[in-house]
Amino acid sequence: MAAVYDKLVPSPTPETQPYWDGLNQGRLRLQRCADCGKIRHYPRPVCDACWSMNTDWVDAAGTGTVHSWTIAHYAFHPGLKGDLPYILLTVDLPEGVRMNAQARGVEASALRVGLPVVVRFERVKNDLTLPVFEADFCRVS
Amino acid sequence: MPLREAGAVTGVGETQYLRGTDRTALSFQLEASLAAIRDAGLKPTDIDGLIPYGHGAVAEDFITNFGIEDLRFSATTPMGGASAVAAIQCALAVIQAGICKHVLLSLGRIGYSGGRIGTRVQQMPQFKVIGEFEMPLGAIAPAQLYAPMVRRHMELYGTTSRQLAEIAVTTRYHASLQTNATMRTPITIEDHQSSRMISDPLRLLDCSLESDGGAAVVISAPDRARDMAKRPVMVMGVAEGHPDSPSAITQRPDLTTLGLAKAAPKAFAMAGVDRADIDVAEVYDCFTYIVMCQLEDLGFCKKGEGGPFVQDGALGLHGRLPVNTHGGLLSQAHMAGMNHIVELVRQLRGEAAAQVSNAEVGLVTGYGDMGDGAIAIMRRA
Ligand SMILES: [Zn+2]
Repeated sequence: MAAVYDKLVPSPTPETQPYWDGLNQGRLRLQRCADCGKIRHYPRPVCDACWSMNTDWVDAAGTGTVHSWTIAHYAFHPGLKGDLPYILLTVDLPEGVRMNAQARGVEASALRVGLPVVVRFERVKNDLTLPVFEADFCRVS
Repeated sequence: MPLREAGAVTGVGETQYLRGTDRTALSFQLEASLAAIRDAGLKPTDIDGLIPYGHGAVAEDFITNFGIEDLRFSATTPMGGASAVAAIQCALAVIQAGICKHVLLSLGRIGYSGGRIGTRVQQMPQFKVIGEFEMPLGAIAPAQLYAPMVRRHMELYGTTSRQLAEIAVTTRYHASLQTNATMRTPITIEDHQSSRMISDPLRLLDCSLESDGGAAVVISAPDRARDMAKRPVMVMGVAEGHPDSPSAITQRPDLTTLGLAKAAPKAFAMAGVDRADIDVAEVYDCFTYIVMCQLEDLGFCKKGEGGPFVQDGALGLHGRLPVNTHGGLLSQAHMAGMNHIVELVRQLRGEAAAQVSNAEVGLVTGYGDMGDGAIAIMRRA
């Protein structure tokens, strides 16, 4: 953990705070419609299936498969210069939504659509935890 | 009532395009606007409707600088790089409603000398969602946010970086034929392949420029357009389209389809023409891939066949579909697509610097934000 965290940070709203609180507890939580049960990401006020505004939260399995990716070779923010190059994954979650996060311990040459990954949590500063993905060796075929 | 031929482009104007200036964006926007109004043979006070590009000059600036006494309409079309073409639909609607006779669309920016395009994204309200959920993870600039679309297309369809290079090379060649383009030295596919990686698979030469300057067009009611300074260019079909999951590409069911896929069939149906009738296409080119993807979404080839479609100089002046004959955002200047409208009008008037012979019908597209799209199909009158 760097002494001064100089990267972009989120500004949670009352609707999104439970997601960030979950990460701080080592849980990947997803918003779910309390009426029809549809899971949605990113968190927002209304369910687009039934237009209900009643929500609850569920813990995701924490697994997923790679849908796409990019490898950043240029820092568009000064705080990221020391991290180059870094892999950004777009991941399909079994809950039916996607998320993106940086990869950890994955070689660029190993990247492919469908690569199984598992979520981990990195505490980057006081009260901010970010998700990352590692290859899920239990499921790599 | 459909908007087919509800308006005509009667004037176009551009400033000199630059990479480096001490002028304001407002002064570029007003200079380009005056040039377009002059080109139409109008006085600034003839303008009764304004659709300026967002984040720039506002109606008050035009009223004050031009002495407009009775402005009847002003609006913006907040669709990022699709705004300029989407504004054509808006202009036609207010003309057909009888509200306006002459609507001015304009843009001025100091993209090179002012705030960088990449960092500006974080401050825009339409990016609040990715600002919270993606930028803190290191996905900040358009190149990084769009690259997963490119990678997905490559993995699904075998599209290659060399195919994207074809677009960069052809566009640069077109810029080399212009007097008003900021990057005029021709490049090769090998130049593209050796340019530095920005966000894999996007290289530097896949990315558009940051530019200073302004561009503007005047759209007039058809009954007025007939006796103006230049031969009018009729708008035959126009539409805007918003992609699935418009605020986050990550959540889009099909990463390889843009909002334009929804707009294009509407515009072609309104215009009553087909793809084979298009003589020239000015296609929004913030990145090479975005051109290729739009050619698919426009229906010039099937989804996934964009790579082979753009090969072998197909998009050149004498190719099967001349594209971005002015050099585009990749090599002329990043004027958020207003320069694409200017170029289409010049092609259809027969006054372009790199003229497609016998260009009678053409189209222009816009692409913005996380995949918003817009299209206008025009014909020589
Ligand atoms: Zn619901």
